[in-house]
Amino acid sequence: MPKLTIDGQLVEVPPGSTVLQACEAAGREIPVFCFHPRLNIAGNCRMCLVEVEKSPKPQASCALPAADGMVVRTDSPAVHKARRGVLELLLINHPLDCPICDQGGECDLQDLTLFYGPDKSRFQENKRPVADKYLGPLISTHMTRCIHCTRCIRFLNEVAGVEELGAVHRGEHMEITTWIEAALTSELSGNIVDLCPVGALNSKPYEYRARTWELKKTESVDVLDAVGSSIRIDSRGNEVMRILPRLHEEVNEEWLSDKSRFAADGLKKRRLDVPILRRGGRLEPVDWRTALAAVAERIRATPPERIAILLGDQVDCETMVLARELAARIGTPHLDCRQDGAALGSEPRAQYLFNTTIAGIEQADLCLLVGTDPRHEAALVNARIRKRWRRGGFQVARIGVPADLTYPVEELGLGPQTLADLAQGRHSFAERLAAAGRPMLILGAGAVARPDGAAVLAQAHALAERAGLVREGWNGFNLLHTAAARVGGLELGLLPGPGGRDVAGVLAGIEAGAIELVLSIGVEEIEPKRLEKAFVVHLGTHGDRTAPIASAILPGAAWTEKNATWVNTEGRPQRGRLAVFPPGEAKEDWRILRALSEAAGLGVPLDTLEAVRARMVELAPQLGEVDRIRPAGWGSFGRPGPVEAAPFRSPVADFYRTCAITRASAVMAECSALAAARVQPATGTHG
Amino acid sequence: MLHDRDRIFTNLYGERPWTLDAARRRGDWDGTGDLVLKGRDWLVKEMKESGLRGRGGAGFPTGLKWSFMPKQSAGPVYLVVNADESEPGTCKDREIIRNEPHKLIEGCLLAGAAMWCTAGYIYIRGEFVQEARILQAAIDEAYAAGLIGRNACGSGYDFELYLHRGAGAYICGEETGLLESLEGKKGQPRLKPPFPAAVGLYGRPTTVNNVETIAVAPTIFRRGAAWFAGLGRPGNTGTKIFCISGHVNQPCTVEEEMGIPLKTLLEKHAGGVRGGWDNLLAVIPGGSSVPLLPKEICDTVKMDFDSLREVQSGLGTAGVIVMDRSTDIVKAIARLSKFYMHESCGQCTPCREGTGWLWRMMERMARGEAETAEIDQLLDVTKEIEGHTICALGDAAAWPVQGLIRHFRPELERRIRDHKLARRAAA
Repeated sequence: MPKLTIDGQLVEVPPGSTVLQACEAAGREIPVFCFHPRLNIAGNCRMCLVEVEKSPKPQASCALPAADGMVVRTDSPAVHKARRGVLELLLINHPLDCPICDQGGECDLQDLTLFYGPDKSRFQENKRPVADKYLGPLISTHMTRCIHCTRCIRFLNEVAGVEELGAVHRGEHMEITTWIEAALTSELSGNIVDLCPVGALNSKPYEYRARTWELKKTESVDVLDAVGSSIRIDSRGNEVMRILPRLHEEVNEEWLSDKSRFAADGLKKRRLDVPILRRGGRLEPVDWRTALAAVAERIRATPPERIAILLGDQVDCETMVLARELAARIGTPHLDCRQDGAALGSEPRAQYLFNTTIAGIEQADLCLLVGTDPRHEAALVNARIRKRWRRGGFQVARIGVPADLTYPVEELGLGPQTLADLAQGRHSFAERLAAAGRPMLILGAGAVARPDGAAVLAQAHALAERAGLVREGWNGFNLLHTAAARVGGLELGLLPGPGGRDVAGVLAGIEAGAIELVLSIGVEEIEPKRLEKAFVVHLGTHGDRTAPIASAILPGAAWTEKNATWVNTEGRPQRGRLAVFPPGEAKEDWRILRALSEAAGLGVPLDTLEAVRARMVELAPQLGEVDRIRPAGWGSFGRPGPVEAAPFRSPVADFYRTCAITRASAVMAECSALAAARVQPATGTHG
Repeated sequence: MLHDRDRIFTNLYGERPWTLDAARRRGDWDGTGDLVLKGRDWLVKEMKESGLRGRGGAGFPTGLKWSFMPKQSAGPVYLVVNADESEPGTCKDREIIRNEPHKLIEGCLLAGAAMWCTAGYIYIRGEFVQEARILQAAIDEAYAAGLIGRNACGSGYDFELYLHRGAGAYICGEETGLLESLEGKKGQPRLKPPFPAAVGLYGRPTTVNNVETIAVAPTIFRRGAAWFAGLGRPGNTGTKIFCISGHVNQPCTVEEEMGIPLKTLLEKHAGGVRGGWDNLLAVIPGGSSVPLLPKEICDTVKMDFDSLREVQSGLGTAGVIVMDRSTDIVKAIARLSKFYMHESCGQCTPCREGTGWLWRMMERMARGEAETAEIDQLLDVTKEIEGHTICALGDAAAWPVQGLIRHFRPELERRIRDHKLARRAAA
């Protein structure tokens, strides 16, 4: 362990540390622009210069390996002069347009200039003009503000894995550009807005709409995929202005997918904000009392075995507790939280969890993807796989339709037959899995939501057994969900009771007239035509797919509008927090169900959030441990049977539009259109 | 004064062909195999004892540099020869490649043997089209004669040599910028450490040497370190090619002994300053990157690394740029500032932003459109650049301006005064 003297203070740092890290260990703040702990070292901003004894020139501490016996000064006149000089030079061509710059108030250049920089400009020449670049609908550019730190280039090359940004020209004409003007294709592109230390790259949807100091900051979690990224919701008044990632080393590190970051405008469009009843074929706004009374009357009038309760992809655990209690009191066994029809049971838990954990991917040495496109189903899981791949000694293979995942993938086959071959040892890859030190299998949610899902799950189980994916201290079996609600639903056992119908059964029941009333709690992904014949009570947030065919609409709260619990694909319970209030008459979902039970005379005795949570912990003790993963026990699961030949396809056909919120977002619509145009480029005969 | 018998480059002016036959008649490739067989320790020791300092500009002791290479290495180790000669005022490597390419190739083999390199790369400046043709032809000759390649010169040592043409960027003459460019990337200098001797070309240990450094090596090994060390003075030994341009009667490239007085060099070889010695204004002694020297220093200064350092300049590449009293000295230095602005790679802040600012201020200074206080500001900006950059281009941009202010501040002040008076008169 090298020992260094930093400003007279002796510190010991782990081998391989840089002088910058040693200075931080000694409690010295070193100003930086280009350095970022998760990116390669560039050493180009020269802001972190320190004096090192025996070295004639000041040294860039971010790039200098800490060596034993080094004597470093971080507060000498020479260091201060160097910092002043660098800041003066950065500022000569930087427009001083802070008053209209979105970065104002959270700008590294502003902050460091205040602490270390000159107080006035000596530059009398003209400033450098730079043409702004088009990077797509998400990122706006103001390239005159660019300080050429190259963080954006490094992020896209290293973390996102799309080599789309680069620097062209040299000297003071150097520019960051895509060269061929086109939108960035990465699903992580928004992170370069956070990385940009100045206002050169801004969030296009958020631009010019608020100043940072006006925003209320609420720490929450994301529910637009099953990763459960930690986020910060910035709101002003009752409007979500923007969503930013929050550091969570075990989940999203400090990144966020573009969908989670930029879909917030969908929270303001097509909202259901008053209760609605269908009267004479028309949807009419009513007050809550009327709506609940009408629904309660209908529930009372319908035999319990003709009532079904289905749950959607973003339902929180608290609401699910109420749904379960309500189903029990109504006396219906037709309850299902798997609107995609996934053939997953609730025991053993290992069958539906990402058991390796997202951070655990970094320990793996071989990965088999089965029927999943992690890049679009869980962009940050894919980023973690890429991070592991970049370190070397890691291979990825796939059974499924080929898609670019930003790292090389060995293609084994397209469909379940290949999986069966592997499971029965008819494929050489099975031996490689068994021989690997820490192999992992990622089974896509789409692969078990097929008609032969149970058989696919059984094959995956057989392969896990054969290759020894579950070992002492290592569980390499993973299910990658796409819905934030799914794990919570399975943990709470929101599955058909004895003799109950699952989603497919309910739909068949509607067709056959056996199911008359469907309580849809945020269900949006079921073909509306198949629900139409029933009396559909829809508790939802958006006038999306289910609302138009509903007979009664109860307006609920979106995820930014309630204090609630979600469980991510790893089985990590996390708390989201209310940032803004639901619009209009809309209410928190669990309260609506509580009121409905009251109106129907069923009286679920859970009156406070605390009581609901206490019941939740009774039903699933692991949900009481927020942000902790309770490891799942192994066992047998799946139902052996014949598999179909159809290739595995990802359930996420359009990354940008996967739920009611994203479908309501104009920003996501634009991204989606651009992505579609990339897949099918316009030809000369178009239009 | 250098005796003809001590001259290394006997065909510097191309009076005889560059070909292998002709080169052999001049003594090249004589007993090279035996030199290789003396082993790497002997070669490095001999190079150290010769006192040869790198001829590319920085003057780092070559033997010491060679000794930094790992003694054992699992995998390839490279020699890279920097033939990206772009320093304004310098044309020595060009002459070597044109007329004495075999000295360079033989030097590559011996330097390779001294560091047990698997291969050598010569990175030649893109504008040197004809030179690249000659050098490639000479390499082909050497291969055909079994002098390099498998079992080079019958010594049992395998050494491959490749020629790579640059695309014409000054910054690719910086050793790590050169390595980046050679790897096919944008020519931007790397952070050091790690130094190329640890992590160089394709991540392997690499030594980068100048053409002249490598080309003098075979003669040093043949004639002995003592002979070379006997020329010049301790710490500044041997001979050096000087390139004399500007206001002299006969601009020339000439090999001379280290430490020759500047005045002697100019009068003996370049026919003297145009209009006589007293018409001399200033000399840039080592290529555009070093500070200029006014006449009173030129009267006595000796041309070697340490003597020029003592007068706050440097030997650099020994590209001697002579300026007589007809020169607009401020404009001349402003032109150099423009060069550095144009050639800055743009990677790091002080150089990217500072070189442009320097040039713009220098342009105003040349016209006198400035305040007297701005001279100090100009000096301060050069200090903000100097020593704060990734590579030495920042220093190279700062030094000429610093030299100008150090020696010609009254001239700058006079222009500012005159400009003010002229404006007042016009108003």
